[in-house]
Amino acid sequence: MKVLVAVKRVIDYNVKARVKSDGSGIDLAGVKMSMNPFDEIAVEEAVRLKEAGVATEVVAVSIGVAACQETLRTAMALGADRGVLIETAAELEPLHVAKLLRVLVEKEQPQLVFLGKQAIDDDAAQTGQMLAALLRWPQATFASKVSVGGDGVEVTREVDGGLETVALTLPAVVTADLRLNSPRYATLPNIMKAKKKPLETMAADLLGVDLAPRTRQLSVSEPKARAGGIKVPDVATLLSKLKTEAKVI
Amino acid sequence: MAILVVAEHDQVSIKGATRAAVTAAARIGGDVHVLMAGHDCARAAAEAAGVEGVSKVLVADAPIYAHPPAESIADLVVGLAREYSHVLAGATAVGKNFMPRVAALLDVAQISDVTAVLAPDTFARPIYAGNGLATVQALDPIKVVTVRGAAFEGAVDRAKDGSSIAAIEPVPAGRASAGSRFVSQELTQSERPELTASRIIVSGGRGMGSAENFRLLDQLADKLGAAVGASRAAVDAGFAPNDYQVGQTGKIVAPELYIAVGISGAIQHLAGMKDSKLIVAINKDAEAPIFGVADYGLVADLFEAVPELTAAL
Repeated sequence: MKVLVAVKRVIDYNVKARVKSDGSGIDLAGVKMSMNPFDEIAVEEAVRLKEAGVATEVVAVSIGVAACQETLRTAMALGADRGVLIETAAELEPLHVAKLLRVLVEKEQPQLVFLGKQAIDDDAAQTGQMLAALLRWPQATFASKVSVGGDGVEVTREVDGGLETVALTLPAVVTADLRLNSPRYATLPNIMKAKKKPLETMAADLLGVDLAPRTRQLSVSEPKARAGGIKVPDVATLLSKLKTEAKVI
Repeated sequence: MAILVVAEHDQVSIKGATRAAVTAAARIGGDVHVLMAGHDCARAAAEAAGVEGVSKVLVADAPIYAHPPAESIADLVVGLAREYSHVLAGATAVGKNFMPRVAALLDVAQISDVTAVLAPDTFARPIYAGNGLATVQALDPIKVVTVRGAAFEGAVDRAKDGSSIAAIEPVPAGRASAGSRFVSQELTQSERPELTASRIIVSGGRGMGSAENFRLLDQLADKLGAAVGASRAAVDAGFAPNDYQVGQTGKIVAPELYIAVGISGAIQHLAGMKDSKLIVAINKDAEAPIFGVADYGLVADLFEAVPELTAAL
């Protein structure tokens, strides 16, 4: 069984994003970029399926500028067998990404597609569901446990108030939540090995997908800063402030 | 054209996120219709019909909607959506699951997690863990939007003066989804209020040290009638279940009082709670960033301060 994993190059998780002074977006010049943390979890899950003998091949795909090759090399250092870059400099929205991924899915014919549940840049949480819809495949979002067996997959999902388990027929789309696994660190030998794994590049423009914008970002502003408060010396003062000043309890 | 709000409910009552979506719909302007897919959901439908601003409730009542997979809900919504200018739902685990599917099947963009309606086609939404607030204009003919519950007051019930409530109309159920089947659910049993609906939240971080120590927060929460939350660090460390998680990748909350205990204040956590009306931080590290957003900060050992606070209430 072939597994496809989609990975996105985003601002590093530990870097604080800063709004550009002209309000046109987030300043990414010279900022450290990494693989979206949820996509790392998705890669790890796919690699574990291969190590368990369930998956035969793990293909990582990224969409964006040439620098996304680094993200694909990271995926291959974690254990993906090969990488595909769908190259474009265009600003893409989740619907565009889903449509480009659909083209690749139709070509590669995987039984499972893993994605992160959301990317930490636009925080949209849409791509996996959109891809599943376009393919008319079943979906399981926010996965915290995945068991493949027979011709299906059982997925435990993180929902408000607890967990839900759904059974899907294959092929299917699964998006990874935080607790699905703890991704391994790429070891130096594996990073070296990843450099020799095949990485194919295709131009997004040639895939027959309409990439015209569906939304227009008019501006990005700094969120309203919260006015600083005060320090209280002890529990008694805190309690009296809550009761008499703030009157919340 | 009217606006369709897809309700989230437990067959008996509607969720706060749905009331917030009705408020957002009213700001957009136009007739607001609520779609309720459920099984034996007459009580929830009656509640929706009594909400201020709702002019019609469409009910698809069928066994397949008892625990509807995203696939069946999306198909039902898509079948109705072309009559509407907007399709709205709460940005909850349920809304996030089926709405992008609706958008893709309609071949339109989705605007996720909006915090303000600026014009019928223009919305504010946080990006980069709330470090930026984007103003986004939707260009597609049907606007598919998920609404952040914490950013909108929930629409209230109409005054009970005998004035008419919204009409309730049945709509035909769709087919069951072939590829997806509900197996089971395991909901956290708690007497406490739901995190996103609670007036007070007591939240713990890595500083709690263990799952056992989280009981200190349970005792405080019980005294206050509060919900218990956790930072991602505490969830990662196994101190608290994931559905407690407040932050960029968890729940977004804005209670009247948020008490952060042993939470350092990572940006991912602040993204989920910094719109709380009043924030209290208890942390032994005076330099912790959480104090930068706290209205009242107490630099203290939580293992002494929390029991003392609980005892004093």
